[in-house]
Amino acid sequence: MSVETTDATAHTRALLTTADPHRKTTDRTMTVLIWGAFALAMIPLVSLLWTVLVNGVGRLSVDFLSFSMRGIYGGDPSGGIYHAILGTLIITGWATLISVPIGLLTAIYLVEYGRGPLARSVTFFVDVMTGIPSIVAGLFVVAFMTIFLDPGTRLGIMGSIALSVLMVPVVVRSCEEMLKLVPNELREASYALGVPKWLTIVKVVLRTSVAGITTGILLAIARVIGETAPLLVAVGVTESINFNAFDGRMMTLPVFIYRQYSQGLSTCQEGDMQCVVDITYQNAWGAALVLIVIVMLLNITGRLVNRWFAPKLR
Amino acid sequence: MTTTDSPQRPARPGGHAERAPARRRRRGTTERGFNRVFRWIATGAGAFILAILAAVALFLLVRAWPALTASEDELSDAVGRIPEGTSLLEFVGPLIFGTLLAALLALALATPVAMGIGLFISHYAPPRLAQVLGYLVDLLAAIPSVVYGLWGFLVLAPVLRPVWFWLGDNLGWFPLFAGQVSATGKVLATVSVVLAVMILPIITAVSREVFLQTPKLHEEAALALGATRWEVIRVAVLPFGRSGVISAAMLGLGRALGETMAVLMIISPGFLVYSLEILAASQHNTIAAYIALDFAEASGLAVNALIATGLALFLITMAVNMTARAIVARRKEFSGAN
Repeated sequence: MSVETTDATAHTRALLTTADPHRKTTDRTMTVLIWGAFALAMIPLVSLLWTVLVNGVGRLSVDFLSFSMRGIYGGDPSGGIYHAILGTLIITGWATLISVPIGLLTAIYLVEYGRGPLARSVTFFVDVMTGIPSIVAGLFVVAFMTIFLDPGTRLGIMGSIALSVLMVPVVVRSCEEMLKLVPNELREASYALGVPKWLTIVKVVLRTSVAGITTGILLAIARVIGETAPLLVAVGVTESINFNAFDGRMMTLPVFIYRQYSQGLSTCQEGDMQCVVDITYQNAWGAALVLIVIVMLLNITGRLVNRWFAPKLR
Repeated sequence: MTTTDSPQRPARPGGHAERAPARRRRRGTTERGFNRVFRWIATGAGAFILAILAAVALFLLVRAWPALTASEDELSDAVGRIPEGTSLLEFVGPLIFGTLLAALLALALATPVAMGIGLFISHYAPPRLAQVLGYLVDLLAAIPSVVYGLWGFLVLAPVLRPVWFWLGDNLGWFPLFAGQVSATGKVLATVSVVLAVMILPIITAVSREVFLQTPKLHEEAALALGATRWEVIRVAVLPFGRSGVISAAMLGLGRALGETMAVLMIISPGFLVYSLEILAASQHNTIAAYIALDFAEASGLAVNALIATGLALFLITMAVNMTARAIVARRKEFSGAN
C-alpha cells in the first residue's frame, strides 16, 4: 500500500469518527432554543392564570355570586355578578340551541351525502367562516335585525345569533371529524339489515359518535362563551337581572369585565368606610376568575367525556 | 378546540345505495319517504351556512351604503371623530394601517415561537408528554380575550414599559422605535405582544400537524446520512412543512386582524395619523377596537359609518383567510403524506 492511501484512509476515518464541533453546537443551540420557545409560551399562561387567581379570589363570596349591580354606584362593594352569570348562560344557551342543529346537520351532509361542488364550497366556506372577526358577527346581527326592529334595539337573542355565526363553523368542523371516525362497516351492516339510510345515520352513526360530538359541542361553547365584542355591540349592557332573551338588554360576564374595567377607579370621600377605591378592578378580576373557571370546566368536561364514553374502535 | 384540518381525510363513507348506477328495479326503492326528506334537510343545512356567509356580506354592504355614498359634510356632522373636509377613506385608511401594523408585528413575534413549539411537540418533547404539552398551549386559546385585555393593561404594560424605554433610548434611530416613548406602556407595541400570545395556539396547532405529517422515511434517510436532530429538521421537516407553516401564519394573521377587546383595553387610541412609532402614545387604533369604542354612542349615519369600517375589516380578513385555506387545500391535494 502506498503512503497516500493510508493517509486518505486515516483522513476518512477521522471524518467518520470525530464529530464536527460546529454541527454539534448548532444542534445544541437549536435544542435549547426550541425548549426555550415552549417555556416562553408558558410564561404568559402561568402569569395570566396566576394573576386572575390571586386578584379574583379575594372578591369571591356568596354575595358576589348572588347579587346584581342594580343601584350600585361608585366605590360601593356590595354588588355582584349574578345578572352577568345568568345572561352568559342564557345567551350562550340560545346560541347552542341555534348552532347545534345547523352544525350537526351540515356535518352529516358533508360526511354522509356530500359530493360535488356544493359540498366542496361548504367545506371551504366553513373553514373561512371560522376566521370571521367576532365584532363583524355582532355588526351583522345589528344590520340584519334593523329589518324587523327599531335600530336602537338590543336584545339577548341578537347576541345569541351573533355567537351562532361564530359557533356554527366550529361545531361543523368537530362533528365532521367525529362522524368520519365511525367505521364504514357499521353503516354497511345496518344497510344489510335493511335499515333506511336516515335511520342508519340517526341510530348507528350518531349513536356511535355521540361522545365525540358532545366533546365538540362543549369545546365550541367554551370557545364562544368568552366572546365580548359581539355582545357589546348587539346586546348592550344593563345592571339588572333579565331572564328574557327576547326582551331588553342583558349583561354577560365578558361585557361585565369590560364595563367594570372601563369605569376605572372610583373616587371616595375620606372616612367613607363603605367605599373601595379599586372596587371596579376587583369586580373585573372576580368576574374574570368565574369566567375562566367556567371555560376550563367546559374544556375539561369535554375532554373527559371523550375519553370515558368514546367507543373503543380498535 | 382549534380548527385545524385533520391530516387524514378518509374516503367519504355512505352513498352507495343512491350513487351506484342502480339496477333498474331497485331505483325507486332506495330513496323515498323520510330518506329523501332527511337528505334535503341535511343539504339544506349546508346551503344555509353558505347563505349566512352571503347574508353577512350583503347586510354589511347594504347598511354601509349610506355612509359610503354620503358627502364629506354629512359625514363630519354625523361622526364626531371625522373633522371637516375629510372623506371616509381618509378616516378609515389610518385605521386599516393600524390594524395591519399591529397584526403583522404580532405575526412576526409569534411565528418563530410557534414554529419552535410545534417542533418541540412533534420532535423534541418526550412522546408521552407531547399531548399534554400541546394541550397546555391550546389553553392559551381558551382564555377569553377580555381577560387578555385586563391582564395586558394591568400586568403586562407595566412590565414592558422599561423595555420600551430601553428600546427608545438605544434604538431610537430605527423608525419603529422613534418618537416620544409613552410613559404608560399603553402603546401599539404592547398590543402586538398580547396579540402574539393570543395567536400562538392556532399557529402552533397547524404547524404541529404538518410537522407530524413529515414522511418518516425522509427523516430516517436523513438520520442514516448522519444528520443531527436539527439537521433532520432543517433538511426534511421544514421544507416539507413550509406551505403549512405559511398558511398557519396567515390564519394567525386573520385572528390578529379581527381581535377587538385586547386592543380596545390596552391601546390609547389615535386617529387620522399614519405613524410607525409603535412606542408612542395615541398614534394608532385598529378597526375592531374603534367600532367597539364608538358603537354604543352612535346613531344614524354614524352607525352606517361604523358598519362601513366593519365591512373593510370583513373584506380584509376574508381575503387573508381564503388565501390561507386555499393554500391548505392545495397542499392537501399534492402532499405525498396522505
